[in-house]
Amino acid sequence: MFLSRRDYLKAQAAAAAAAAAGISLPASAANILTGEGAKLNWSKAPCRFCGTGCSVMVGVKDGRVVATHGDVKAEVNRGLNCVKGYFLSKIMYGEDRLNQPLLRMKDGKFDKDGEFEPITWDAAFDIMAQKWKETLKKKGPTAVGMFGSGQWTIYEGYAASKLMKAGLRSNNLDPNARHCMASAVAGFMRTFGMDEPMGCYDDMEQADAFVLWGSNMAEMHPILWTRVTDRRLSHPGCKVAVLSTFEHRSFDLADIGLVFTPGSDLAILNYIANHIIKTGRVNKEFVEKHCNFKRGRDDIGYGLRPDNPLEKKAKNADKANDSDPITFDEFAKFVEPYTLDKAHELSGVPKNRLEALAELYADPKVKVVSFWTMGFNQHVRGVWANNLVYNIHLLTGKISQPGSGPFSLTGQPSACGTAREVGTFSHRLPADMVVTNPEHRKHAEEIWKLPEGTIPDKVGYHAVQQDRMLKDGKLNAYWVMCNNNMQTAPNTAKETFPGYRNPENFVVVSDPYPTVTALAADLILPTAMWVEKEGGYGNAERRTQLWRQLVDAPDGARSDLWQIMQFSKRFQIEEVWPEELLNKKPELRGKTLYDVLFRNGQVDRFPLSDLDPNYNNFEAKEAGFYVQKGLFEEYAAFGRGHGHDLAPFEQYHQERGLRWPVVDGKETKWRYREGSDPYVKAGEGMRFYGNKDGKANVFALPYEPPAEAPDADYPFWLSTGRVIEHWHSGSMTMRVPELRKAFPNAVVFMHPDDAKELNVRRGQEVRVTSRRGEVRVRVETRGRNKPPRGLVFVPFFDQTVLINKVTLDATDPISKQTDYKKCAVKITPVNA
Amino acid sequence: MKTRFLIAALALLAGVPALTIGVATNGVAADKPAVSSGIVSSGTGTVGGIKVPSANHPITLDVPAEATHREITDDQKRVRNYADQPPLIPHAIRDYQIDLNINKCLTCHDRRNTAGSQAPMLSVTHFQDRDGQTLGTVAARRYFCTQCHVPQTDAQPIVPNSFQDFDSVLGHAQGGQK
Repeated sequence: MFLSRRDYLKAQAAAAAAAAAGISLPASAANILTGEGAKLNWSKAPCRFCGTGCSVMVGVKDGRVVATHGDVKAEVNRGLNCVKGYFLSKIMYGEDRLNQPLLRMKDGKFDKDGEFEPITWDAAFDIMAQKWKETLKKKGPTAVGMFGSGQWTIYEGYAASKLMKAGLRSNNLDPNARHCMASAVAGFMRTFGMDEPMGCYDDMEQADAFVLWGSNMAEMHPILWTRVTDRRLSHPGCKVAVLSTFEHRSFDLADIGLVFTPGSDLAILNYIANHIIKTGRVNKEFVEKHCNFKRGRDDIGYGLRPDNPLEKKAKNADKANDSDPITFDEFAKFVEPYTLDKAHELSGVPKNRLEALAELYADPKVKVVSFWTMGFNQHVRGVWANNLVYNIHLLTGKISQPGSGPFSLTGQPSACGTAREVGTFSHRLPADMVVTNPEHRKHAEEIWKLPEGTIPDKVGYHAVQQDRMLKDGKLNAYWVMCNNNMQTAPNTAKETFPGYRNPENFVVVSDPYPTVTALAADLILPTAMWVEKEGGYGNAERRTQLWRQLVDAPDGARSDLWQIMQFSKRFQIEEVWPEELLNKKPELRGKTLYDVLFRNGQVDRFPLSDLDPNYNNFEAKEAGFYVQKGLFEEYAAFGRGHGHDLAPFEQYHQERGLRWPVVDGKETKWRYREGSDPYVKAGEGMRFYGNKDGKANVFALPYEPPAEAPDADYPFWLSTGRVIEHWHSGSMTMRVPELRKAFPNAVVFMHPDDAKELNVRRGQEVRVTSRRGEVRVRVETRGRNKPPRGLVFVPFFDQTVLINKVTLDATDPISKQTDYKKCAVKITPVNA
Repeated sequence: MKTRFLIAALALLAGVPALTIGVATNGVAADKPAVSSGIVSSGTGTVGGIKVPSANHPITLDVPAEATHREITDDQKRVRNYADQPPLIPHAIRDYQIDLNINKCLTCHDRRNTAGSQAPMLSVTHFQDRDGQTLGTVAARRYFCTQCHVPQTDAQPIVPNSFQDFDSVLGHAQGGQK
């Protein structure tokens, strides 16, 4: 029941009169607050969610975040946020915030089958250290591991990397970014010898055409979509092409919409290369000067367990990343079979649309930007897809120039800044270096002031392999930070959960909230989040952004950085390093890992007097030195002078981020191009300096089918993904009432005719079942996603619909990234 | 309005046991509410008022789908949490066309159309381009309304949220909605 406007005014007047009778009126207006009391403390911070890297102004009053809005001074978003970003104010205030460590106990002692009981931080680190030391003693460093995050701050990722790779001497460190953009990384390394995009977001205001390859930017990168929309609607002749395996919101802006059969994007990409060659539109001068041609291995398997028949059958599973040089003519011959007819036949896309798409690339007058995210990266041939889109930009020379270029977007706020640049992957070190290269290890050991031979030379377990090794009992002491892998890993019920509950293993989960991952742990550590700590993120366009601690964490919750550093205090160096290593640097004897890693004269070199007096900094005050600044400056030493230059720490607190390499205080918008990139010398014009000969590689790679496809028993394709209202597994956004109410539960999007044939109605509960598991979910036939017949889409944000029980743990064999977009399912009504 | 809040609060309390079906453990009696995969009720358990369940992990359970929630279409404005929060949409928008051809929202909310529709006009910010210049018409960057504005259903929060708006923090909660 609602009051009428007249009644409402009357009630308000009465309330005001009553209030006035009881209290003395202030000098100012009665119903607004004026002067100092009305002011909020506004500070900048990057958004907590996706890889776009919007800057947000955060309003604090009396130690609480009371408001947020888009930062008008930020180049990325110029005052805008998406609906999630606008509700950032509420993500820290879910009432089930954890504030005490919880250990599974029985009779006052740890018990794998016990119940969660609160313990002190001291007791938590005691049991952790005990389990880690037991494991190291019994099996060595390959039995300890850590699963980190593209949402870790730069400092957290860097500290974790030092702890694992140097301190505990294990490369079993991988980020959840493995699930997100490992294929993009491998694609960059194979083609350019150097990670991350060459262009930047400024391309969006200058392009004539945009092509989305497996990216629903309208929902997943909404603020970038506002920039694309702006350009499409205000630049005459601008065109947008959208490719996907189902129709989604980005199609609303599409001039050319292309719904293709899952996996056939590879054929479309090769058709475009063929089209460019056959119509004589290869930019010969560019190709001769700047490109090499290579043929990659085919038949490389699907990254499944080695005993899987598909792996046994694959010819080149063990040399998936190899390639041989070929000539341009050989390349042209290789793509020749990918005719318009063949592309149409494999993809199901009408020929006129394929031709229109190919012309956007072939026409030398059209400046074209290609975007992609999970459609390419979560793909059993994801690295190939990345290589193939670079092919068409390289053949036409449409690369790294304002308004033209391939642009790999990221899904997490610091997938680039932390996972990639810091190098928290099981094969990586900072600044694109790798653990298998002796020179790289030596360089890292020098910067870290460690004896030669500290960092192990073998690649550690990647994300999916970690789950398999936990299950198989080979990885026994395991720490999960800043991610919700029990909800987001593939084939979780069969491959993830058993490892966490394996009696041989001790699993620690650090999180602000009791996620399904935390519930599967042995020890849960309550964690500070976002602006409760000082932090730094790097977005998809190489932009590094730092922020201050704006509010204190709830009592008892501690940041990942604090946790990592405190844990390192529990190890004497003699407990983790062999004698022969210690003999190389005897002065380290008697020290703790904390001393060796963080009190090395570098990380601890900035005093507390360097802190900004307007902000608290819990970790620095605990350590007694400005730990974030020390970590940042030590880390920056890896990249400065090597094409990854970062500006001085303090500069980032003045700016809305800067795009590296930052040389002489100036950021770089377009890499590899003279005049824009300081690493390209005068007269060179263009130089892909990631490769020694300065050239990029064009790859001949075929179409190969997905690991699993629909059949008579499991007749539907399943694709998973996100919705705009929720971010990833929903552990933050589902706790914001407005976002929960906007999209309360996952649904299964399907074609109305498929629903009719299954005899199910919209809103009816069904089971979505694969060979691995099943979920119960309600049918949606009229929603924002419109799949073609034979394909269904289920988002993964909902903890009551754990769709990853259903997905397949097939990965790209090169990048080890999971394909979450293609597996076979059947659909059956519940109670039918 | 008070009545509505009360009803909502009662509904929330009533809803909680239903949400935790199948995840309460032996050690967690009905008077000691459980947290299950983020589903919590207020209470006086051991950890910050909550008890984190140890057995019967959600992944091992056959969790039924929640009932479909109804859209809220009462046309009533909600108090915003702060000035910059995009207003929620209090009416149905199913099958609203917003594409290259037409934007259905603008047929009521654009400046030119509000006399007829009596709908709130778009905020002035929506007329500004990327450089902050005010245009004669809605800025193209603001074209897709549902990137910021969303309707609501009657679904209950999975947990209460203790965000406090500016007025609540200062202790005078007039008009302040949690």
